Amino acid sequence: MIRLFHEIVAFATWYNAVFLVEAGARTLLLSASGCLCGFLLGFLLAVLRHTVGRTLLPLRILGVLYTEVFRRIPFLVTLFLVFYAFQALNMDVPLFWIAVVSTCVIGTAYLSEVVRAGFAAVPRAEWDAATTMNFSLFQTLHHVVVPQAWRTIVPPAFAFFLSFIKDSALASQIGVVELAYAGKVFNNRGLPPSIAFGSVLLAYFVISYPLAKAGARVEGRLALSRAH
Amino acid sequence: MPYLELTDLSAAYGGKTVLAGVSLALERGEIASLIGPSGSGKSTLLRVLVGLLTPSAGCIRLDGKAVDIAHAGTVRELRNRFAIVFQQYNLFQNMTALRNVMIAPLKVKRWPREDCERDARRLLAQVGLGDKLHAYPDQLSGGQQQRVALARALALRPEVLLLDEVTSALDPELVTEVLDAIRVLAADGMTMLVVSHEMGFVREVSSQVVFMADGRSIEAGPPAQIFDAPSTQRARDFVGKIIRH
Repeated sequence: MIRLFHEIVAFATWYNAVFLVEAGARTLLLSASGCLCGFLLGFLLAVLRHTVGRTLLPLRILGVLYTEVFRRIPFLVTLFLVFYAFQALNMDVPLFWIAVVSTCVIGTAYLSEVVRAGFAAVPRAEWDAATTMNFSLFQTLHHVVVPQAWRTIVPPAFAFFLSFIKDSALASQIGVVELAYAGKVFNNRGLPPSIAFGSVLLAYFVISYPLAKAGARVEGRLALSRAH
Repeated sequence: MPYLELTDLSAAYGGKTVLAGVSLALERGEIASLIGPSGSGKSTLLRVLVGLLTPSAGCIRLDGKAVDIAHAGTVRELRNRFAIVFQQYNLFQNMTALRNVMIAPLKVKRWPREDCERDARRLLAQVGLGDKLHAYPDQLSGGQQQRVALARALALRPEVLLLDEVTSALDPELVTEVLDAIRVLAADGMTMLVVSHEMGFVREVSSQVVFMADGRSIEAGPPAQIFDAPSTQRARDFVGKIIRH
């Protein structure tokens, strides 16, 4: 017990604290930027799937293919795919950005399905009414569908973001110094695993818990608010 | 020359034929009612006319001009002239009654906001909902929602109003208020194509009744002819059943 106390004191240096905070920030930034970018692209993909006519048919098929493929590939594999794709293109991109792009690739596939489900939750009858009144697809989405669909979209989209904070640990496999990697670094420096990974565990909790609480509050408000 | 003329209109949905040759001629100011058993294609015909379903064969002529409904621009033009009221009202749940009525004139037609709002208020008052302007659809009864839907369709100033079983989803005591609103329109000379199971109403307001079965128009004529002396066996059977009940 006393030994553990001494180890904690030895660990609690300014340098280690900064290293851990930086790693935590990288974890949060990686998940947030990847998910945000994924949400925007996923939204566009969901809209694309609602277009009609032959001109955009090839794009629609590609969109479906993309969603179906990337939802079934593990994040680690996507990371390596993006890593080697950049390498093959002879592009010297920082590892962090490779991880962000990978998150975005996966996020787009998952979140486009979340948005699509949100759109589908708005009764077909309202889409029909808008169509017969000559609303464009954009007008239908803007005035009718999105104001109703966001209640269905926000909770699972936020859950995906939260779960991605944990999944982003896989980015350590390509060398991104995020929280999981920080744990390995501490451990390699000779710190006992209890301290090295215990601090990382605490950092994950500190990031995730307030976000989960905030998410629950938003969900509560959504449930309370009327449909309009 | 009739204002709207349909010739042998056919349509399929999900590989199943739902219209197998409907012919119909409608003059301006006329009210034609479509009657027939469930699944005879009455509602489908209205969905074709507002471009929710593309016909597979046949011809639509409007003002003597053939309409190519497969062409996006033409469908938009058709929707500019026709307005439909659905069985389930199809109101936008995120908007008040007033907003439901003025949204399309404002955003699609791009008419001035003051005009749209004045029109919407007048129409809602006309259907007896002047005091429900700011109510959301889920705060209104079925009959009230359907009257909002009627006002919403009229706000687009259509040349033809298509009514798709507008009283079928309503409780019996609410039917009258909706039918009364339609009677006022009929008296104003609105051209209408009506799908209805309210035979008394059909008989009263229609200038023409079309009996449909199996996706075909079987017999058409003035109400007195279709209800009292139908010439086809199918129509006789159908009318006989209605009168017995």
